[in-house]
Amino acid sequence: MSATSVNWTLALPEIALALAGLVILVFGVLQREGKGIVSCTMLTVAAFIGCAALVVVSPDGVAYAGTFVNDGFARFMKILALLGGVVALVLTLSYRTNDRVPLPFETAVLILFSTLGALIMASSANLMTLFVGLELSSLSIYILCALERDDVTSSEAGLKYFVLGSLASGLLLYGMSLVYGYAGTMAYTGLIAAIQQAGALPSGLMVGLVFIMVGLSFKLSVVPFHMWTPDVYQGAPTPITAYMAGAPKFAAFALFLRVMSGPFGTMAPRWQILIEALSILSMVYGAFAAIPQTNIKRLMAYSSIGHMGYALMGLAAASTNGVRATLVYLAAYLVMNAGVFAVITAMRRKGREVTSLSDLAGLGRTDPGLAAALAIFMFSMVGAPPLAGFFGKLMVFAAAWQSGLYVLVVIGAVSSVVGAYYYLRVVKVMYFDAASEALDRPARSLLFVSGSMGLATVFFILALGPLMAMARQAALALGG
Amino acid sequence: MLAQVVFYVFAAVLLLSGVMVISVRNPVHAVLFLILAFFNAAGLFLIAGAEFLAMLLVIVYVGAVAVLFLFVVMMLDIDFTQLREGLQRNAPIGACVGAILFAELVMAVSNWTMAPAGAGGSVQAAPGLTNTAALGTLIYTHYVLLFQACGLVLLVAMIGAIVLTLRQTGSGRRQNIEKQHARTREDTLELVQLPLGENVLEQGGFLRPGTSYYEIAVPGSYGAAEQPKEAEKEETGA
Repeated sequence: MSATSVNWTLALPEIALALAGLVILVFGVLQREGKGIVSCTMLTVAAFIGCAALVVVSPDGVAYAGTFVNDGFARFMKILALLGGVVALVLTLSYRTNDRVPLPFETAVLILFSTLGALIMASSANLMTLFVGLELSSLSIYILCALERDDVTSSEAGLKYFVLGSLASGLLLYGMSLVYGYAGTMAYTGLIAAIQQAGALPSGLMVGLVFIMVGLSFKLSVVPFHMWTPDVYQGAPTPITAYMAGAPKFAAFALFLRVMSGPFGTMAPRWQILIEALSILSMVYGAFAAIPQTNIKRLMAYSSIGHMGYALMGLAAASTNGVRATLVYLAAYLVMNAGVFAVITAMRRKGREVTSLSDLAGLGRTDPGLAAALAIFMFSMVGAPPLAGFFGKLMVFAAAWQSGLYVLVVIGAVSSVVGAYYYLRVVKVMYFDAASEALDRPARSLLFVSGSMGLATVFFILALGPLMAMARQAALALGG
Repeated sequence: MLAQVVFYVFAAVLLLSGVMVISVRNPVHAVLFLILAFFNAAGLFLIAGAEFLAMLLVIVYVGAVAVLFLFVVMMLDIDFTQLREGLQRNAPIGACVGAILFAELVMAVSNWTMAPAGAGGSVQAAPGLTNTAALGTLIYTHYVLLFQACGLVLLVAMIGAIVLTLRQTGSGRRQNIEKQHARTREDTLELVQLPLGENVLEQGGFLRPGTSYYEIAVPGSYGAAEQPKEAEKEETGA
């Protein structure tokens, strides 16, 4: 199979998902005003599940003149992204804005297109594919953030994310153009050849790589490119925040892993130190800046910054083990993060959303089930065994240790302990503070998500074997 | 020789109009200079043998983008003199940044080596293929996935523009197309014989039928609470 053949069936999951998105859009427009959200969301969930089935059976190979690649790594990331999308969609079902109206039906369509962008990113074999996928994914999210347009914080979130995101896209494009200028190609295979050919590395290529890293770090909300995260997480409608913390992060990580260990893999000693720095800064900042937070959505924003730092540790290791560890970490993060946001979406009092930490006071008595679920997620985020988060952290620490990054591991462990303070504070507020007014009874879909994610967090160890095997395959596909 | 002369003419006008775009006082003139710049750039493309790009530049940039700019400039009430004040205040900083960027560019270009032609997967057009055909092959065959994905990006932008701005409120006044089509001339048009010097209103005419709007409007789009009041106003006001 030559690199120039079209071989279009490789992108069948993406094509099917795009067509499904168009059909759902038309279907939604034909519904009566404000009525389409439930049916559109269910259709989108069905489309995601169908797409996931197609992803599982999709063959390996390179398609579309070498712009699109399908391998074990792409499949792993696509499944994660689709799962994240499904969870966020279920959360939108019962969500009501402060005016007590559901989100418009376009929410489901935009989540679908954003996830489609994430899938394209996971399969990128060319910097152009990377950029188009990233834009499709980000543009949808900018709009999703501002969906509650009568809410000032939501509009602010959308605008802030849009402006800063455009800047990041510009930096990314600048980096790509430099790489293209110095290597003469944008295909990853061509870049590998060009870097191996060039005896001394041209400085322009290195500068381009740094710019690409900056652009991707922004999407990952890694310190020092994290400024937008707390405001956007707080302002966006909660199900959208849940989505943002899931699928797009996995996609950006997929890009990071693919670009760094693929075309720039031979330059590893040069970028390793940068990734280390990003990882350390994110872990430390995520841990310390979260301490004074009183809003649980902001808290989760800082928590996500910290988690991205830990996940980057695996990449900093620059080994197959490291990539595998990052993949397992992301899978664990998906599960516990989705659970936490299901609980946050359920935090309502007299139909209005409450997001302050003090609103959780006494939840242990007023709603023991929900409190237990949130406590499980918090312990998992800390990394307490035998919950999901523990295995993720264990693996990235082990991978970094094997690669001799002892400083990184020590700092990671310390910030993990600091992070435990604010995670456990949530547990303390729920169980030991004087009870405030009880929250509304959560919708069944939210109970379902938080319950199932809670079980997945507790019994993560049972799925660990097959998951590690899959992650290993994915990492090998990337390295080879 | 001729080609060189034409090149320098186009290039000079292009540079000049570029400078004018950012220096003229009147924003409408700036847009017009922008259009001139586009035309000259198209001319340069023609000289370089890229006739398809030249046409594209004229059709897309002059035909669509520049006209859009013109609309924006004319529709939005932007105080350009105020913007200009900011420019003067920040000029030193801007000059510094510009100088640094320029130095960087010089450094980058000074150790620039061209990559060997066609290094790594770039697709070469077959000899005897026109530019348009070669571009078509690239866009619609090799990079069809990216092309379609770009289309989806535009679709998302459109959905976003609609979902963020469309408000189905009382002031919407959406038409019910069927009712609109079913209306006859007698329903809406009244002919009045007017003596000289007389006003239509004094002869029993009306400015517009008091009920005409909400008879043909989609129920609810007119704002239920406002209907009687506004109809009344139209009648009495007339």
